[in-house]
Formats: sequence, C-alpha cells, structure tokens
Amino acid sequence: MHSKSLGFDEAHVLHELKHYLPAQAPLKDFIHHNTLHAFQHEPFKLAIRKAFKTFGYNTTLSLAAYRNLYASGNIAEETLRKVIANHKGEKELEIWMKKVIHTDYPSPDLPRIGAFRAFWKKQYQLDMDSLVHPTLFRVLCSYLDQGIAMWNFPVWQKGFLESIKEIELNSFTSFFRTKQARQIFLQPQVEISELLTLLVGDEDLFEQYLFDQQFAHQGWSGMVASIETLPESLLDRREISLKELITFELLLELDALYDHFGNNWKSLSKGIAEKPISLFAPSTLSEEDEVLLLWQEAFEWTYYDQVLQGILQKKKFTPTQHVKSFQAMFCIDDRECSLRRYLEQLDTRCETFGTPGFFGVEFYFQPEHGKFYTKLCPAPVKPKFLVKEMDNDQVQKRDLHFNKNSHSLFRGWLITQTLGFWSAIKLFINIFKPSMSPATASSFKHMAKQAKLTIENQHPDDCENGLQIGFNIEQMTDRVEALLKSIGLVENFAQLIYIVGHGSSSINNPHFAAYDCGACSGRPGSVNARVMSYMANHDEVRKRLVERGIIIPPDTKFVGALHDTTRDEIQFFDDNTLSVQHKAAHQANELIFQLALSQNAKERSRRFELINTKESAESIHERVKLRSVSLFEPRPELNHATNALCIVGRRQLTRGVFLDRRSFLNSYDYSIDPKGNYLFNILKAAAPVCGGINLEYFFSRVDNQKLGAGTKLPHNVMGLIGVANGIEGDLRPGLPSQMIEVHDPVRLLILVEHLPEVVLDVIQRNEATYEWFKNEWVKLMVMNPVTESFYGFQNEAFSPYAPSELQLPKVKDINVILETHEENLPVYLMD
Amino acid sequence: MEKIINIFILIPLLGFLVSLVIPARKEEWLSRVAFGTAGLNLIVVIFFTLYWILQGAPLLNMKDFALFAADEYEFFIDFCYDKISVVFLLLGAMLTFLVTIYSRYYLHREEGYKRFFNTVLFFYLGYNLVTLSGNLETLFLGWEILGVSSFLLIAFYRERYLPVKNAVKVFSIYRIADVGLILAMWLSHHLWLENITFAKLSNYDLVHEHLQNHTWVGVAISLMILLAAAAKSAQLPFSSWLPRAMEGPTPSSAIFYGSLSVHMGVFLLLRTYHFWEHQISIRIVIALVGLTTALVATGIARVQSSIKSQVAYSSIAQIGIIFIEVALGFTNLALFHIAGNAFLRTYQLLVSPSVVSYLIREQFYNFKPREHTVEDSLPKRMEQTLYVLCLKEWNLDSLLYRRFWNPLKWAGKQLNFFTLKRIVIFALLVCAIALLLLRIETYINAEVFHALPTVFALFGLIFVLKAFTERIHVRLSWTLIIINHVMIVLGVSFNEHFTSGHSFIYLSGIFVSGLLGYWGFFRLKRFEGNIDLDRFHGYVHQHPKIAFACLLAGLGLAGFPITPTFVGEDLIFSHIHEDQFFLAFLIALSLIVNGIAVIRIYARVFLGPHVKSVYDMAYRSS
Repeated sequence: MHSKSLGFDEAHVLHELKHYLPAQAPLKDFIHHNTLHAFQHEPFKLAIRKAFKTFGYNTTLSLAAYRNLYASGNIAEETLRKVIANHKGEKELEIWMKKVIHTDYPSPDLPRIGAFRAFWKKQYQLDMDSLVHPTLFRVLCSYLDQGIAMWNFPVWQKGFLESIKEIELNSFTSFFRTKQARQIFLQPQVEISELLTLLVGDEDLFEQYLFDQQFAHQGWSGMVASIETLPESLLDRREISLKELITFELLLELDALYDHFGNNWKSLSKGIAEKPISLFAPSTLSEEDEVLLLWQEAFEWTYYDQVLQGILQKKKFTPTQHVKSFQAMFCIDDRECSLRRYLEQLDTRCETFGTPGFFGVEFYFQPEHGKFYTKLCPAPVKPKFLVKEMDNDQVQKRDLHFNKNSHSLFRGWLITQTLGFWSAIKLFINIFKPSMSPATASSFKHMAKQAKLTIENQHPDDCENGLQIGFNIEQMTDRVEALLKSIGLVENFAQLIYIVGHGSSSINNPHFAAYDCGACSGRPGSVNARVMSYMANHDEVRKRLVERGIIIPPDTKFVGALHDTTRDEIQFFDDNTLSVQHKAAHQANELIFQLALSQNAKERSRRFELINTKESAESIHERVKLRSVSLFEPRPELNHATNALCIVGRRQLTRGVFLDRRSFLNSYDYSIDPKGNYLFNILKAAAPVCGGINLEYFFSRVDNQKLGAGTKLPHNVMGLIGVANGIEGDLRPGLPSQMIEVHDPVRLLILVEHLPEVVLDVIQRNEATYEWFKNEWVKLMVMNPVTESFYGFQNEAFSPYAPSELQLPKVKDINVILETHEENLPVYLMD
Repeated sequence: MEKIINIFILIPLLGFLVSLVIPARKEEWLSRVAFGTAGLNLIVVIFFTLYWILQGAPLLNMKDFALFAADEYEFFIDFCYDKISVVFLLLGAMLTFLVTIYSRYYLHREEGYKRFFNTVLFFYLGYNLVTLSGNLETLFLGWEILGVSSFLLIAFYRERYLPVKNAVKVFSIYRIADVGLILAMWLSHHLWLENITFAKLSNYDLVHEHLQNHTWVGVAISLMILLAAAAKSAQLPFSSWLPRAMEGPTPSSAIFYGSLSVHMGVFLLLRTYHFWEHQISIRIVIALVGLTTALVATGIARVQSSIKSQVAYSSIAQIGIIFIEVALGFTNLALFHIAGNAFLRTYQLLVSPSVVSYLIREQFYNFKPREHTVEDSLPKRMEQTLYVLCLKEWNLDSLLYRRFWNPLKWAGKQLNFFTLKRIVIFALLVCAIALLLLRIETYINAEVFHALPTVFALFGLIFVLKAFTERIHVRLSWTLIIINHVMIVLGVSFNEHFTSGHSFIYLSGIFVSGLLGYWGFFRLKRFEGNIDLDRFHGYVHQHPKIAFACLLAGLGLAGFPITPTFVGEDLIFSHIHEDQFFLAFLIALSLIVNGIAVIRIYARVFLGPHVKSVYDMAYRSS
C-alpha cells in the first residue's frame, strides 16, 4: 500500500495547511501575533485582498464604514486626495475621488474556500459537517483535555490515532457507525491518499479538498497544528499531529457516506459537473479592492500626519542637567504611555524610560512548589537560565465551586445541599461587593513579594534539566550594560531607579494571558524587574560596568516593581532592604506613583461608559479596581485596544504630545549608538512583538467573526485550551469583540530617531525583520535627529516626507477633554 | 388574602410590557425595569410569605376568572399558594433578580440588549404562572410561555447556525412535553368531568373514589405527566437537549438551563403528587427514570471536557436523584435539594470562564501525571466501552433523530407528489365530502361513522407531515399547517355534536394567524423573491418587522396563548371520548408536528446565517 505522489504531495500539503491555519497556542500561552502571518511574505495590500478572495476574510473595514469616517472628519479630505494622487496621479484624481466617495459596488463573489466540499450538500444532499464535526470535536477535546474531565481519555500515551485504535480494538462499541469505515481504520497502515481516493477520486483535487475540510473548522485544526509544533504548550503533554487529525476526519466522512448511502455512492469528483476554481489561482485587484485600499491608507495617514505634526509643533523640551528626583523604566507597552505622562507631570524632575518588559533578562522561572517552568522572555527566545523562587509563604487558596466532586453523584448530592446555598450567598456578595477571590487571575500572585530568588549562579555545575541556575557575574554585567545602553541611560543616574514590570488582574476571563506582558510570553513582568534590579545593584557588576564605561554612583539603587494595568496598583520589591536615606526618598516617590496611578485610572475610565469620569480620581480608581474582580465585567481593561504607534527614540521627542495611550514607547538614544547595533536588537523585537499585537487587533477588528472570537458572552471553555460557542462549536481563535470594539484598524507606524542610512542598514541585517517593513505590514518612518525632518520607507528606500499642513489644537488641561469624550482622540499639544 | 397572589403575576406582566416599549438604546432603563421587576417581586413575595406563615401557612386557592365557560366546560385561571409554590417562587425571584443585575453589566453594548431583557422578563412571567398555577390549564399557559422564551433565548445569537439549530431541537423536545400535558388534561377532564384544581387533588377521598373506577385512566394521566416532566427536566431519554441549550450569553444559560427551567419537570411532579401518590407502580416508574438518569448522566458528566456540558450533565444527574426523592415521598428533601442544586449550578456556570486560570494554576502547582479513577478498577474492555458510550452521550442525541424524527421525515417525503395545486384540490375535496357526510349522517352505517374521526385525523396528520418535510415552498408548508387544523376540527365534529361556536373559537385564531402569516411571507417575497425551506436564510436582520409579525402568526398557528385557539385546543379535546385513545394520540401527534413545523418555518426563513453573504458571518461550525 503506497501512496502515489503524482498530483498529491502529502508532506507538502500538510506543510501548507499548517502555514495557513490559525497559529494560536492554548489559552494559557496566548501571545499576540499577526493573524495573517501566512501571507506575510507578500506585500500587505496584495496579501489582504488575496486572503479575502481565498478565505473570505474581511481584511478592511466596509466601504460604508470608511465613508462614515470620512463624513465625521476622521479621514481628512486633504489626506485622501494626497493618497489618491500618490497612487493614481494628479490626472485621475477627480475620477477616483468620485469612485471612492460615491460609487456602489455589487456584493463580492463567494470566497474560494469551501466551494468544492459544498457539493456534498448540493449534489449529494448530505450535510457532511453536521455528521462529522460533533464526534470529531468531542474526541479531539477529550483527548487533549488539560483537566476539566474527571474521567480522562483511557488511552493516551501512544499518540492520537494509535490511542483511538486501541480503544476501538478493546471495546464493545465503536466511534464509527458503519463496519466498512471501522475496517479501513483497523488496517495496519491507513494513508491519507488512499482515503482521499475513495472520497474524492481525482487526485488533482486532493489538496483543495483538504483545505476545504480543515478550514471548515479552522479553530480545532489550528490548535492541533500548534500543539504538534509546540507540545510543551500543554502542561499535561499529548502527542497529536495534523496528519492524524485529517486521517481520522476522512474516516469519519467515509463513515457518514457508508451510513447514508450504503455502498452505493460515487466519489465527489465524479459527482460534480465542473472543477472548482483553484484556491490560490492568481487574481487581480478589482476596482473595489483598490478603493478600499485607498481608503485604508487615507485613514492611516490622517492619523500619522497628526502624530508627526505633533512631534514638530510641540513645545521644545530640553532635559535639564540638574539632579533627577528618580528614574523609572517601564515596558514599551502602550498601556504605560499615560502613566509615564502623569509621573512626569506630577514630578517634573523625574525621568521615564521604555524598553521591552522582560528588561533584557531571559530565563525560565520556577515558583516554589511549581511543577513546571515558566518562560519569562519573548516567545521565540530559548533561555539557558533558571530562576527559582524560595521561601514563598503564600498559601494557594481554593474555591470549592471548582471542585470536581460536585459533579459526581453522591458527593454531588451532599454538596448541592450544603455548598449550594453558600453559592447563593457568594453570588450575592460578588454582585454587590466584588472582591479578590481564588478564582481571580492576579498579577500579584505570580511571585510572592517576600520570596527569595536564585538570581546569582553559585557554581557553574549548578544546573537543572540543562538550565543553569542563576546568572554569573559576567552574564549579569552583559545584560545590565545592554539594557542601559539600549535605552540611553548611561549617565546622570538618579538616586532611585525603578524597574517596573507589568501584569493584569481579571476574573471570568479565559484570555487572561493576553492581558499580561507580551515580552514575558504572556506573564507578568515582576520577576524580570526584580532580577534586573538585583543585577544592577550588584557591587561586582558595577565594578565591571565601570570598565565598560558606565559609572553608576554607589548611592544609586535599583528597585523592582510591578504595575497592575487593570487595577492601576503598584507593588515594589525589596524596598525593605533600602537604606534609611533611600527609604525616605522612596516614600516620597511612592506617593507620586499613587497619585499618578489614580490619574491614570481616571483617564482610562473615559472608555468605560458605566463609570462617571467626572468624579474624583480617587473614587474612580476604587471603581476601576472593582472591575478587575467583578464576575460580571467582560471588560476589566481594554488592553492594547487603539494601539497605532511605536516610537523608538528619546522621550523628549514625544514629551508634551498627547498620544492617548496609543503608542508603544521604546527609549533609545541614537547618539550613543552610531552604528545602530542596539537599534538592531530593538527593531528585531519591536517589529514582531508590537507589529503582532497591532495586526491581531487590526484583523480581529475588521472581521471579528472569522478572524476574531466573536462576542465572549456565550463562550464555553473547552479542555482548558480554547473557547467555543456552546458545547459543540469549533474553537474560536483571535480576540473577542469586547477587546477590540474601540480599536481603530490602523497599521503600526514605527518612528525611529536616527539617520535614514543607518536605519536602512539596520533593518536589512535580518531577513525576518526586514520582511515586516519591506512588505509594509508595519509602516516605518525615520526622523533625522539633526535636521528634524522625516523620511518615509517605501519600495525599500527612504524618501523625504512632509506631513500634511495642519495646526494641532493646544490644551491647557487635558482632563476637561478626558471627562467629556469617550471616542478616540486626535493628537493634542499639551501646554 | 388570596387576591394578593395576582400581584405576583401582575408585576412581571407589567415589567414585561414596559420593557417592550423602551427604546433599544436605553440600556439603563431596560436593565432597571428588569431588575426592578424581579426585585419588587422578591420583596413582595418575602413579606407575603412571612404573613402567610404567621397565618399558619394555609393552602390558598383562588379561582381567578374564566376564559371560557359553557354548560359542562369551563376554562378558568386558578392560582394556588402552598409550600411548593413558595419555594419555587422565592427561588425564581432571587435568581432572576441576581442574574438581571449581573447581566446589566455583562451584556453592556451587546447587540440585542433589549431583546435579552424582554425575553428574560417574558420567561419570568411564564415561570411565575407555572409556579402559582392552581390547575393544569393555568400551568399549561405558563408552560407554553417558558417554551417559547426558551427558544428565543437559545437562539439569541440568531445569526449563527448552531444556536438556531439547537433552539429548534430544544423546542421539539419541549413540544413533546407539551403534548404530554395536553393528553393529561384531556384525560383528567374525563376523569373529573371538570377542570380540577390542584387544591382538590389533595383531598384523598375524592381522588381515591374517582380512581377506583378508572384505574387505567389514572395510570395514563400519571404517565403523561411523567412524560412531560421527564422531557422538561432533561431526564432519560431526553437528556441531550440540556447541554445543547447553552448557546445564549452565559447568565441566561446559568439561570434558565442551569436552574429554573430545568427544575420545572420536578415542579410538575410535586404539584400532581397527590394524584399519583397512591399508584405504587407509577412511583416505581418515576424512581426508575430518576435512577437510570442519575447513573447515565453521571457517567456522561465524568467524561465531559467542556465546562458547560459538565455542569449540565451533573445537574441532570442531581435532578434524577430529586425524581427518586419525589417518588419516595420526601417532598421537603426534594425542595431543599432543588434550591441547592439551582444555586450551585447557576453559580458554577457564572464563574465558568474563570476555570481556565484557576485550574491551570492548580495544575501548575499540584500536577500528578494521571490520577486513578473509579473506572480504572473495571476490566479494560468494560472501561473503554463505557467511556466511548459516555463520550457519545449513549447516542441520546441521535436516538431521538433516528427513532422519532427520521421516520416522520420519511413519511413526509413519501408525499412529495403533492404539489400546491393538488393539495388545495385534495383539501377542498375532503372538506366537501366531510360536509356532505355530516348532512347525510343518518344514512350512514354507524360503524363507518365512528371510524370517520380517525380517518380525518389521519388526513390531518398527513398534511402536517408534508408541511414538516416541505423543502421548497414556504407558503405551501404554511397552508398545510392550516389545513391540518381544519382536519382536526372536522374529525372531532364527526365524533360528537357540539355547537359550531366551539369550532369557531378554535379556528378563529388559526385563520387570523394564518392570514397574518400569508401577508408576512407575501411581503417578504416582494423584497427577496422566492424563499425555500432547505436552509436558513436569516432575514430577521433586514426585515425585523415582518419577522416579528410572522413570529406572532406562527405562535398563533401553534396554539400559543395569544389567540382563542389556545382555549379551543383544550375544548376540542374535551370532545374526544375517553376510550378513543388512538384518536387522541393522532391529534396529539399532529399538534406536536404542527408546532415544530411552524417553528421550523420561522427559523429557516428568518434566523441563521444570512443567505446572501458569507462575509461578516461566523463560520457555520462556530
């Protein structure tokens, strides 16, 4: 039994499928990525229209939505004209203006995906999906289940198909309805191509059939493909492959056919009159496509131009040389954007920095009593170090409502009549007075405040599972140096320097991992902040830093901290080890932090309709905290919604410009990095991390049904790895509507402060990074720090760019605007 | 004192009506009306109950008013207030109050915010009607409201395929429960020669005296009640509907399918307890149904890997135990158990999204590769067989399809030769013959004449089966449903001479709804062209008004309590003799299929993914 490989190359098709299927990992490892990563090797514009034609994804807003934005002034006429003239020439300008604003287009053809397999219904009157999906999803979910079921899949060590086979051989019942399908399954070797020959017939159509089949339930297929690639994303490991899934599904399909028609049926290709159009057959941009793309670009540039003008028009800020009150490093995360603004407002002598929230230290973390390691650095990095937590005196609290005994018969009988009444009280309390409970996912539970960490390596042989426990002095010095140089903090050290990681708290939120720090693989950044502070405080490290040109005064102390972005709370680590003098200063700073956090909560609250933003910052802050522990609150925070910018440069570039929490801010000083070596590392991380976040929001927003997860209100947790609607639905990857509804789908604009020629050299050093810019999945712009002029990146080259003329409004007190506006705000100049 | 009971119905009714007229944008008002209604009711119930207890907790019965009265027949609304009503009433008010406050924030900005609260209040009205009902007729009124509001809540996300499909599925099973009740009402009418109140049932001598001479009627009534109770409380063989009802927003699943709706079957058993308590065989049957359900559902719950289906099946298992408790006569224990189960499952469903972070965390710290379970001690072959059976839910979901719907569909398909024209000619012919026969009645052989009702009922069934399986023409299907009703009336009028007024009451609602439906589909055709019944079309989005009109028309046609047909149905049944069980069965079957055919038309035309675009639509499988 050998598969013919004339028109059907199984390995190739499987590879292609894995490439196109959603790549979302199980929920606990939710990490943002470009939803259309499969198309990233092509230019953005062509790619998104291709995705539309092939897979039926909406990849832009609707024509009507753009026209509304235009009517409401959110797309500027001048910009629209500029964009059209740029692409179509001045001559065609008026014709295209008319098309863009007035022409109606007929509804588009059906997407190509699914067209072939639709013949089961059309020609055979057979609803294949309803016959196959329920069994398939059920078996998959039970096999992969991470801890919901009380009685697990009885055979699991042998891989998916082998386990099923063993159950099939060893039971009086069968997964199949018919003997025929069962017999085929029990043959020693079942090949996909053989099954396809039976089902489909024509070998040329095999690939298309498999695409149709897998994209009829892309959620489960994507999950299987992702687990196959990264088996460690399941704590309770399972072996499974896409190939096995397809084999099993094909068998179930055969089973359905035998059950419905007996032996009396023909393969699908014999039942159809003409061949369906091939999935990836070339296609050209239609006029409507072009119109949509012009609108999209006009929408983006309307915003970008404001930002660029803001940078040009703002009050020049010259950093004073006198002593800083304190310095604070934050994650580049857009949610820290406003907190930093308030800190700088409340204490004009302080200085803030932004850098990816793992603070340049990559390691695995093992909490005390933890049975596994947690990776605390960007997902693609493979750390060689392990940091362990010790002396954690926190006791993990339990909630009996999650106890599985309540689902068994007799104990359930007792539990319903006892705990049952307690539930009523708990529900009552949670509705009227929500508070922290064991069910809350809280960033402060990540690491105990008082616990010790094994940061410093004691002996080179001190290893565990191939990981070195802690870092040695040299390794520490390298990391501290790299961090300080990349953010441009090499002199004028303040007495206290805070390193602030971030995390979030929420309840009833299966997507909790998406709310934590992306640079820490979807975990809070507290351990990293503490580890980096320890290193920078180390005497030996400081000595070696001097040799490398960084002189940190002896009375400078680094203090780790964690900012909870949902509750706007902060926790400082190791503050009890500070000297008396430092402690006093720290207490003063802590007050500033508290004030800034309340202000920040107030600013965030303008998006929360149910909170009155006009109340005092303190009372709003309390209500914001309540949201994070309320069972009934589907929007504890809005996460990265509205993100649109990433600014790589000195803080003085954007200080004084109101960016409405829409910007990732990465501190960088071009003057100490003339070759762009640190810039290379920054962009290598910023493009995929910030770009990935941005595009996931983008696509979840423009097609929340197919590329997003839809509304989260009916979601049901499947096997702890994903969510589905109801009990028999497919998994729903992507973001739920509650996370993206206020997001404006605008590609990320990365603005780098450096010389264009240096930046061009830097981005071309790494092919993967370059792809992001070359194909315009993120927009790149450079600001020459000397001449203060902009250069846009297009067609693989930088050319001067002049933003549209417009005078930005100046505001004295941004609070007035915040209190009265809920929508996305334009860029303001702050006095 | 009894009069106060009216308030418990009036408050939700008023709340529901007010919520209908509030504009959809006014989230704040809508939610205030909703939790205000439930909260106010809760307060009144608490105070009234305290007062009632102080009075010595007497059994209150209040005959409210008669909807229809003739010489031997009276259809009246009756309420009763006792321990059972109090427990259910309090449970309903508390949970509805908490969940409406919960949903106030949870559903914020959701499309359909208004629809949600409308439906919840409608449900609450039906729930109170059932719990306070003093006779089967009043109970049936509320029962129907529960059925329809459940359909609407399950299909809340009406633009997706699975919710609509499952809503129709659940409705079909509810319909079986309805017919159990109709038959029970029919039989008990003959048994008591009146519409008996539950209060009278507690009179042992009376019940005993009647049952002595009609043993089989007593058994039949009890069995029909058990059928209705088992279907509504998701006992075997109907269990698979409950997990599939979890398609709406989590709070609605929590309150309705986790707690209130699913305990209605037990309520029916408790309410009729005095009727069947002396029939030992029935008590054994009820206990057996409960026991098998408890065992099978526990097995299924143990293998569930999704959180909501796990809660659903463990709730079913507990209700199985409650059935046993009721059968054994432990009423108080059962009431206590019901309340505990309702609260626990509501809460478990409400916190179900937290299960990921909680269990992952627990696993992270306490992971053991694989724990030993009870089943591991079974022989391997046994264990794996049981596992596969539980995983496939003992084929319960497909069982109903294979054994019940498929044969009906098959029968309907045999009638494909009926085109619209042929049907109309045939129907007219049948009507003409029927009228002729009625004229020349005296010349006909008595035996032949006695067979006529059954013949016409059969015709009726044939018509409605065709309506149920029609794939192409909406209006053909609709016409067939109307003809079915006519056939039923004709059939029964051969059975017994009664005034044409009774037929009029029955048919008036049918004709009005029928015409309204025609108008709706005609208008829709003008906008959208021909519409088939082979798939979902999702027109509700573009034509909400037509959809609403057709929904009302459909409800009228299915005998829902918005037209006189609701009373007429009961009335017509009263003309079927107690020894004509086959005739009653045929008509009952007709009515089951009839209701499902109506809902099928509504769902296929107005709900589901929009037919004209696949963009902006969720995948069919999600």
